[in-house]
Amino acid sequence: MKYEAIVIGVSSGGMIALKFIFSVLPAGFSIPIIIVQHINANSDNEWIKLLNKKSNLTIKEADEKEKIETGNVYIAPANYHLLIENDKTFSLTIDERVNFARPSIDVLFESAAEAYKNKLIGIVLTGSNNDGAKGIKRIKELGGMAIIQDPKTAESSIMPASAIAAIEPDYILSLEKIVQLLIKIDNPIKQ
Amino acid sequence: MVLSGLDDVSQIQSRVLKDEIFAHELLQDLSITVTEMFRDQDFYKSLRENVIPILKTYPFIKIWHAGCATGEEAYSMAIILQEEGLYDRTTIYATDFNQQALNRAKEGIFSNAMMKEYTANYQLSGGKESFASYYTSNYGNIIMNQSLKKNIVWANHNLVTDSVFAEVHLILCRNVLIYFDVDLQNKVQKLFYGSIVNGGILCLGSKESLRFTDFFEKYTELDKKQRIFKKKY
Repeated sequence: MKYEAIVIGVSSGGMIALKFIFSVLPAGFSIPIIIVQHINANSDNEWIKLLNKKSNLTIKEADEKEKIETGNVYIAPANYHLLIENDKTFSLTIDERVNFARPSIDVLFESAAEAYKNKLIGIVLTGSNNDGAKGIKRIKELGGMAIIQDPKTAESSIMPASAIAAIEPDYILSLEKIVQLLIKIDNPIKQ
Repeated sequence: MVLSGLDDVSQIQSRVLKDEIFAHELLQDLSITVTEMFRDQDFYKSLRENVIPILKTYPFIKIWHAGCATGEEAYSMAIILQEEGLYDRTTIYATDFNQQALNRAKEGIFSNAMMKEYTANYQLSGGKESFASYYTSNYGNIIMNQSLKKNIVWANHNLVTDSVFAEVHLILCRNVLIYFDVDLQNKVQKLFYGSIVNGGILCLGSKESLRFTDFFEKYTELDKKQRIFKKKY
């Protein structure tokens, strides 16, 4: 298997997008997924528990120093930046907001790019700011794959459009097509 | 930023080894001093509900803010203690190894731009007064009231290399240990355990844990979610 991790950055409109993705991704999907969803600094993790209930995969909040495991989905906690270390564990920090956001998509993507190099898939979904554009650029520079939600199909088009302006994406797709592509990448034989 | 003027990373090494002032400044630059007043409203709410009643049982109260950075949390604590009628019999030791941050904390001058957010934090955390009554605003900055500073002792203390300096009833060390590896966390927890009175309280950041240290069994969880622990007798 070539790809070892998928990072997803999503902002406004993200709840619906994530709910869709995880209602479709099948049990046994093996590439770990790490997500930054912009969210109010004071929100608790109840929405993650709800998302988990509706999913075939295990979705949880990323813990400090937790080891990234195959088949799991991790979401950055509110009000912390989430970074991936070279030994594939998580670090949380309370450093300054980046692009007015904590967690910031750029912070996750740039650290993930360093840790996974060309074995990483970066995905930018709906959102109304430009967080993620620098991060997806770094992923491409280090040989990873970039998938951007087609801005025409995104609830909020600014974030995917900013990412497309920053790089030449490998794919620009609707959510449905993104999920199909991920399933194919994870299990090319079955398809 | 002390690194300006250097061409590449390898130049840092030789200067760190030869130039003591440079090494010291680099260390300060690398330390994280981001902090907020009343960050995590639910924590401060729990502090008022679960910890203040315990503190009230002591004739005098000693609190240690370990890793206080620029002091926002120490001032938050002073405000709560004042509102609960405890501040006059309390000493807050607010420590950090970053002297520049400590100097700023001592001044108690913060940007006016943050006050809107801090006011909301304060109100949602169970604040009882008008937040604006705790500071004076001028020239785009605010200065905290002198009455909040009087019982705070600002001191340079390095959690890794310095030792126990007082016996305290409450330690707050929030979002400091996330930057430490497990061995170092264990070392610091040993220091904390030696500093807290029996029955005293330890508050960690909402993503920090005692679980991977030798001290998990030595505390009970007063508020599991807010990571508030009580040292067993």
